[in-house]
Amino acid sequence: MASVQHSEGDRRDFLYLATGATAAIGVGAAIWPFISQLAPDAGTIAAGAPVEIDLAAIPDGGQIKILWRGKPYFVRNRTEAEIKAAVDVDVATLRDPQPDSARVLQGRAKWLIIAANCTHLGCVPLGNQGDYGGWFCPCHGSHFDTSGRIRKGPAPTNLPVPQYTFVNDTRIRITGAAAAV
Amino acid sequence: MQGHSHYVPTSGIGKWMDSRLPVPRLVYDSFIAYPVPKNLNYFYTFGAILSFMLIAQIITGVVLAMHYTAHVDLAFNSIEKMMRDVNYGWMLRYLHANGASMFFVAVYVHMFRGLYYGSYKAPREVLWILGVIIYLLMMATAFLGYVLPWGQMSLWGAVVITNLFSAIPLVGPTVVEFLWGGYSVDNPTLNRFFSLHYLLPFMIAGVVVLHVWALHVTGQNNPTGVEVKDVKKDTVPFTPYATIKDAVGLIFFLILFMWFVFFQPTYLGHAVNFVPADPLVTPPHIVPEWYFLPFYAILRAITFDINLIIFTIPSKLGGVLAMFAAIAVLAFLPWLDTSKVKSTAYRPMHKQFFWAFVVVCLILGWLGSKPAEYPYTVLSLIFTGLYFAYFLVVLPLLGLFETPRKLPASIADAVLAKVRKGGAPVTAGAAAAPQTKG
Repeated sequence: MASVQHSEGDRRDFLYLATGATAAIGVGAAIWPFISQLAPDAGTIAAGAPVEIDLAAIPDGGQIKILWRGKPYFVRNRTEAEIKAAVDVDVATLRDPQPDSARVLQGRAKWLIIAANCTHLGCVPLGNQGDYGGWFCPCHGSHFDTSGRIRKGPAPTNLPVPQYTFVNDTRIRITGAAAAV
Repeated sequence: MQGHSHYVPTSGIGKWMDSRLPVPRLVYDSFIAYPVPKNLNYFYTFGAILSFMLIAQIITGVVLAMHYTAHVDLAFNSIEKMMRDVNYGWMLRYLHANGASMFFVAVYVHMFRGLYYGSYKAPREVLWILGVIIYLLMMATAFLGYVLPWGQMSLWGAVVITNLFSAIPLVGPTVVEFLWGGYSVDNPTLNRFFSLHYLLPFMIAGVVVLHVWALHVTGQNNPTGVEVKDVKKDTVPFTPYATIKDAVGLIFFLILFMWFVFFQPTYLGHAVNFVPADPLVTPPHIVPEWYFLPFYAILRAITFDINLIIFTIPSKLGGVLAMFAAIAVLAFLPWLDTSKVKSTAYRPMHKQFFWAFVVVCLILGWLGSKPAEYPYTVLSLIFTGLYFAYFLVVLPLLGLFETPRKLPASIADAVLAKVRKGGAPVTAGAAAAPQTKG
């Protein structure tokens, strides 16, 4: 067969491209289940359903640590002095600028609920320690203030606040993960 | 270097096999007749020692897997059962755990040997890069394995290392969730780590085959860095010369290994890993195994955001990038070192910088074991700078400014000069034709 040159490609080119594209899609479809199986499975997702926490047992200035979705959260009953220390900071000077009011629910400033994994590499910071009276991470030396905001050290962001609501005055319900780490 | 094969099958079966699947020929050409430079010293036995360690780790590992349970509620106890109830379980486990450390002892000697004698230079760039890949796979395997006992350091080591990936812009958190198979380091994570810990050593074995293949294409470097010019004069056959020397090196290495196994089996580990994993309590001081300490120091050295005018690298990403760059830079070594002379024995200035670099690595290791406080944080930053300066400033410039010593005309010349100078009572015949002594 003498080859006839078509500048815009001939049937053969079309068939090559169509076959190649079909093969690529097929390979992609075959690989996807192997990637997808790495994601959290249905049981893990179900076990991460919202959880309720009783606040009545936490005294003034006290703090508890709870485990939800395999990760710890701090629930702190802040004293007036701690709230004042957190509110009085000039937000513009912070690495991750966030006023204290954005980290608590309105009218519930006593209660600070934050993820307890350091935003650096996930260690659990120690309470009532560090240069700012909040938390100190023993792993790589991050200091957090009484609002859980990063003040010094390698952590890039504040300890994140999960999504939660008050069921009544002494009960909260954590409904969603804090963003990041 | 490979030349054509001199294998002559003698037996009938040998001839039959040779024309069908010539495995005996491959073994003969690679490990018996294969010519090695006659001046190799004991630092060159670490390749064989590493091969031995890889096989030893695979054998002990396969056996340990018969007694291990990869589940967060059972893993810790299955190890304790292994230590107490399984016949020789304590020994097998200590062989495997200390074997990992000894594997890294050997690989660091092997790598610094390569640095000192310029073994990464042309034509051995691919050989060297394959080595860097093996080293990376070794690090991954060691990390995954350390998680399996599910003690406190296992869990928190896994938390710290997997969280490194959350520093990746945009997709970081999703990547981490896919690594965990959940919302935290938990049972799915332990299961996949066990699976991968079993897989990776076989991938290492595969790359080792390529590494040895590349070695046998280019031939070995040697302490003079001068290439083999005359196979008859410059080399000796692998067997018995290299085989026996490797065996002697291995025996001394095994004495050290067994001393750890039988007399100090937990010295290289961390006491806190005898506490079962608890996601609510972080150990006061998370440190990786000793062989990761220099890189851990580099990871923690970047405590500030790096402002690059157009964009800013957050401190966390900066630390992660610095740590991976510290390993990646090794792969570029063949092109960073501008000196034409391979062996540091003939590079008076590089000799000083080389030993300074060794000291920098040791100090970084020490800093990695210290808490993240002043003055260690500042020192970590300084020594991280020195680490990179060696690769990015010293090696590129040294080739331009250094006046190397005169190289010997050949390996044989160097050997003979040494014999004459040392006045060792070696007969001329033995020095000139050692292969005839077989």
